[in-house]
Amino acid sequence: MLQIMEGSHAVAEAAKLCRPEVVSAYPITPQTHIVERLADFVADGELDAEYICVESELSALSVCLGSSAAGSRVYSATSSQGLMLMAEVVFNVAGMRQPIIMSIANRALGAPLSIWNDQQDSISLRDAGWFQLYGEDVQEMTDQHFIAYKAAEQHDVLLPGFVCFDGFILSHTYEPVDIPTQEEIDAFLPPYVPYNKLDAKAPISMGMYATPDYYMEFRYETDQALQRAGDAISAAGKEFGEMFGRDYSGHTESYRMDDADVAFVALGSICGTVKDAIDEMRADGIKAGLVKIRTFRPFPSKELAKALAGVSKVAVLEKNISLGSTMKGAVGPEVKDAVTGTAIDVYSYVIGLGGRDIRKKDIRGIANLAEKGVGNMFYGLRTEVL
Amino acid sequence: MGIFLRELRIHGRGGQGSVTAAELIATAAFKSGVFSQAFPAFGVERRGAPVQAFVRFSDEKVRLRSQIYEPDYIIVQDSSLITDVDVFSGLKEGGIALVNTEKDTVDGVPEGVKLIAIDATSLALEILGLPITNTTLMGAFAAATGEIGLEALEEALSERFSGSLAEKNIAAARRAYELVKEGQ
Repeated sequence: MLQIMEGSHAVAEAAKLCRPEVVSAYPITPQTHIVERLADFVADGELDAEYICVESELSALSVCLGSSAAGSRVYSATSSQGLMLMAEVVFNVAGMRQPIIMSIANRALGAPLSIWNDQQDSISLRDAGWFQLYGEDVQEMTDQHFIAYKAAEQHDVLLPGFVCFDGFILSHTYEPVDIPTQEEIDAFLPPYVPYNKLDAKAPISMGMYATPDYYMEFRYETDQALQRAGDAISAAGKEFGEMFGRDYSGHTESYRMDDADVAFVALGSICGTVKDAIDEMRADGIKAGLVKIRTFRPFPSKELAKALAGVSKVAVLEKNISLGSTMKGAVGPEVKDAVTGTAIDVYSYVIGLGGRDIRKKDIRGIANLAEKGVGNMFYGLRTEVL
Repeated sequence: MGIFLRELRIHGRGGQGSVTAAELIATAAFKSGVFSQAFPAFGVERRGAPVQAFVRFSDEKVRLRSQIYEPDYIIVQDSSLITDVDVFSGLKEGGIALVNTEKDTVDGVPEGVKLIAIDATSLALEILGLPITNTTLMGAFAAATGEIGLEALEEALSERFSGSLAEKNIAAARRAYELVKEGQ
């Protein structure tokens, strides 16, 4: 049933419906409302889970890692500096193959201090071995939690995942969302069956020392598993669609791409604004389209190449900056790689960092630049303060 | 994009409940069958600092995520803001400015804009015992624009608040609703 609620609360509802057995998190803006609500659920007896309070994000994810290794379904949420403080454990969770799901309310990184949105936090951890999903609206980011658990816990995957959504822009927005019932989610997401777990009666070790004779094979296996996660996400997204009528089998979603000449590629909430801008450009005879990336890790190169076939220019909208790189944004080079061997020109545009508002006219401005072959740049700089 | 998209921008100061007002107006609109979207623009998070909150009303899912620059309606919770912030910026011709003020007139209202001045602070003090004007102004907004029904607003208020707090806030909203209706 459609109801109106804050994005953070919808995520908390989604997490609850997944029946995590352990929740550990440390509050940080703009993620705080999620973990506050989950703490309420546990205190009120609505969620039968251990809510473990900790003194930092490093401890939060460490608790999650231990709990997952002991065989529990585990949930956490964080943002920005909190994710950075977790970073050491983030890599360990993937290396130890624990299917933890963590919500990321995307926020800029300091310095300078910013509480506002961009996607620098999760994008900066793209190499950590977690799959990464990005939601465009409250409905999509809610649904992605169910899909994330289902995919992560497949025994041929066993990897953690981020469910990312733009801080404030989605976390603090009230809008209508359909929250499934517990019975529906129970039918979609069965209880977690660990492949192996820490058990005093049958001891095993995890996260062992790997000498040069073995380390590379571990890394190879983790990469193979992350590639398989792509198939598992797609399969879970398809099954979800069959049950709930909202299909997420695609790692990408195309909007008005049929005869598009200029294509935008973007992740997250900006895609809504881009769609409205495209409608206006189309009305003015500009053949623009959008390919939204839902799954950033594993990177959906083949799907993207297919979706972009036939366009002449691609404008990648980046809410991140890979400082010191040629294209500026971190997503652009991967899009460019996906269309290698074609005549398509790919440009990155860094936009909306640290909460800078993004308007339809900005999207149109970028389309104009792409048409002229000007890109790999910041868009919307206030030159008067430089 | 849908058949209609109307936009509200709320100006207030930190602590005056502008974000809550946006959320409750969006909730009331949703209950009336409209696809609504409410979101804040946080500045510095402290009491007294100027804040904005936004609501969109449409017949279909709202995709647009940018802030609101050309609103159909504005609510100004504190008329002292008018000297600090260009609250009327971009307000559409034919739009409505709902301003909390003790005075009958407000400086700087653009031509073609309908001003509704209401002393929400006095009303809130009388009914709630506190100078928190957001719920009072929601009632006035319902009467002035017709975007939300009074019943839906009361339902949204009773979901957010409980007991006597809900009753008092509903009474404040209703009183403001009636005052604005009488003035029309």
